[in-house]
Amino acid sequence: MLVELAHFSMILALVLSAVQAIFGLAGGARDDARWMRAARAAVAAQVVCTGLGVAGLVHAFIGNDFSVLYVAQNSNSALPLFYRVAALWGAHEGSMVLWIAILALWTTAFALSSRQLPRTVVARALGVLGLVSCGFLLFTLVTSNPFLRLLPPAADGRDLNPLLQDFAMALHPPILYAGYVGFSVSFALACAAMLEGRRDSLWARWMRPWTLLAWAFLGCGIAMGSWWAYYELGWGGYWFWDPVENASFMPWLIGTALLHSLAVTDKRGLFKSWTLLLTVAAFSLSLLGTFLVRSGVLVSVHSFAADPARGVFILVFLALVIGGALALYAWRAPTLGSEAGFELVSREAFLLFNNILLVVAAAVVFGGTLAPLISETLGLGTLSVGTPYFNPSFLVPILPLLALLGVGIHARWRRGGLMQSPRRLLALAGVALVLGVGLAVGAYARHEVLTSVGAVLGLFILGSSFLDPLQRLRRRQNLPAALIGMTVAHAGLGLFVLGVTFVESATIERDVALVPGQSAEIGAYTFRYEGGEPLQGPNYEGVRGRVVVTRAGRDVAVLAPEKRRYFVQGSVMTEAGIAAGWNRDLFVAMGEDVGASAWSLRMQYRPLIRFIWFGALLMAFGGVIAILDRRLRAAPTAAAP
Amino acid sequence: MTPRQRRMALVAGIVVGVGIAGALALRAFRENVMFYFDPTQVVGGQVKAGERFRLGGMVVAGSLQRTPGSLDVRFAVTDFRSTVPVAYSQVLPNLFKEGAGVVAHGRMNESGVFIADEVLAKHDEKYMPPEVTRSLKQADAAAPAAAGAR
Repeated sequence: MLVELAHFSMILALVLSAVQAIFGLAGGARDDARWMRAARAAVAAQVVCTGLGVAGLVHAFIGNDFSVLYVAQNSNSALPLFYRVAALWGAHEGSMVLWIAILALWTTAFALSSRQLPRTVVARALGVLGLVSCGFLLFTLVTSNPFLRLLPPAADGRDLNPLLQDFAMALHPPILYAGYVGFSVSFALACAAMLEGRRDSLWARWMRPWTLLAWAFLGCGIAMGSWWAYYELGWGGYWFWDPVENASFMPWLIGTALLHSLAVTDKRGLFKSWTLLLTVAAFSLSLLGTFLVRSGVLVSVHSFAADPARGVFILVFLALVIGGALALYAWRAPTLGSEAGFELVSREAFLLFNNILLVVAAAVVFGGTLAPLISETLGLGTLSVGTPYFNPSFLVPILPLLALLGVGIHARWRRGGLMQSPRRLLALAGVALVLGVGLAVGAYARHEVLTSVGAVLGLFILGSSFLDPLQRLRRRQNLPAALIGMTVAHAGLGLFVLGVTFVESATIERDVALVPGQSAEIGAYTFRYEGGEPLQGPNYEGVRGRVVVTRAGRDVAVLAPEKRRYFVQGSVMTEAGIAAGWNRDLFVAMGEDVGASAWSLRMQYRPLIRFIWFGALLMAFGGVIAILDRRLRAAPTAAAP
Repeated sequence: MTPRQRRMALVAGIVVGVGIAGALALRAFRENVMFYFDPTQVVGGQVKAGERFRLGGMVVAGSLQRTPGSLDVRFAVTDFRSTVPVAYSQVLPNLFKEGAGVVAHGRMNESGVFIADEVLAKHDEKYMPPEVTRSLKQADAAAPAAAGAR
């Protein structure tokens, strides 16, 4: 009964979001206070209805109601409570519900914190958010309804995919989706500004905090997914250029470009059209991400839904959103004039390069991700594009981007010139060069040029990002939150670059078959396999191995990799044994019993791999700090000249 | 240089830069793209000698052979029309099972064995690599015709 009420509540939410769209857009256009109040009321009602719908579904999961088909497919009475709740987004239908729920949260946050904005802009933005919400609710209720009953009820559920029974993976989808969906607020504001036909660039100021927050969530979500893949998939990698990963990475790259171009539009009134296009692109790529992941059209190790009908719906939806936004843009862009110019060595010019290079990088990922789909559709054969394409191609735009970043962050607006003396920057570059090459060739004995280049760039960015704040502190000037956020984010990028550089060049990995007592050499470390013992879990059984790692005769770590077999789905899972350290990870994953009492084991030494996730988190954290800047929070409504 | 010339130089520089990036990406793409073949296509000689490709199909039940105490395994991949023997010497993925779908990356050697350097198994009970599903469907469609001809 509760589930039917929840279902009905979701249908109400669909109707209410249509009301929200109509009264928001029309009320904004007519500047009709009563209609705009109606739109706000519709938002409140829509959010409450969506919340009730989600709550009903969660209740079914917690109460093990296996008369609900979706619950029966994705949960089990032996599943711990935390994962029973997380099972809500364990498959396609629930993920869509999660999308809608998060959109409701973003809509609420926007409605509550936008009092300072012109009321027609707010109404129109709420209208656009209503349209998006309407599309997703329709999609969910028509093609992927999680409220359907299963009669007669199942005795027990088919369990949550064991891969997802993990803390990081349970939290990964909500955080990632918070990023995806967050771009819809930026998108709604951009559409509202275009509908208003505003000639100023205040909308850029309004968009900045929302874009920063969405971008931070997205980065955090991607980092979490990467960390999960590292310890849960048993391969020990942190990034596979899998279509699903690329689907989340493209909006992040475009979102990064958008953050920087928004800064130019806000501060100088330039790049207006470009910023609007990037906003549309970031949101479209978020939708495309949903489409790529959820329609299963691409060969991907992550896709667990394979239903082309849903894909067609999302494609049509995507076409409407992109087409509509671009039509709006074509109508309004000619009115967006910007006459101001800038010098070649100015902040604007460097940010222009930043944008071009990031967009090229996103295009490289886009091409590689969609090539298999396009080739197949055109009947050119089934092909696959992997790391051998992505790694070198991605570096082509990214290396110049990193090189320019270290200098560009010191460039002045408008007239140009650098805030730091060229001598100080050269000195820093010299130090980075010596330290970087020393680290690559001396400490890690890597003689490839690329390793040294990566190390030098990482160190240069890390050092360079602290120059301006330190100078301000020395001169006893105040530090605005935006500058602190920028410093933290760029320092995070520096650490990230160092991490990737050394993981990619100095990792040692071996697959071996060992009998208890035998050992294998992984670089300077000796991994000794001491045998395995049986293991019993709440909903699985398995084997836990014991591997002692020594270095130069001294014990470094004892690793306990596990091989689990989950009862309900009968699937086999690897829990890697990892000794994490700030400067290296030691990794062992159990393969299988290969006979003659030997086990196959995958052993790895990965230097600085923690820098990758720590750096990514710092970038996201920097974005959050920047939101606190007073200039962004007290958004004036009066047009600046 | 006048501001106009400077702007044109900037635009030209950007166009050239993006062009170079595009050309490099296209080259990397051409050199590293991998095509998919099913066992029938492999047996039919559609694969160029020495080409690295993706082989997909079902692992033949009972075909898995291990050299005890080592990583070397052999198994056969079939689309129910043709079968290709595969050799592999790394840790097999968790979901590798006899009678289940599989995709392997590697090359054919002179004696007609597919030497795999990477094996991917389907990710969970529901998921099957789409291309494998398609070649199995084709095999299904071909089977009655073949029976009729006989």
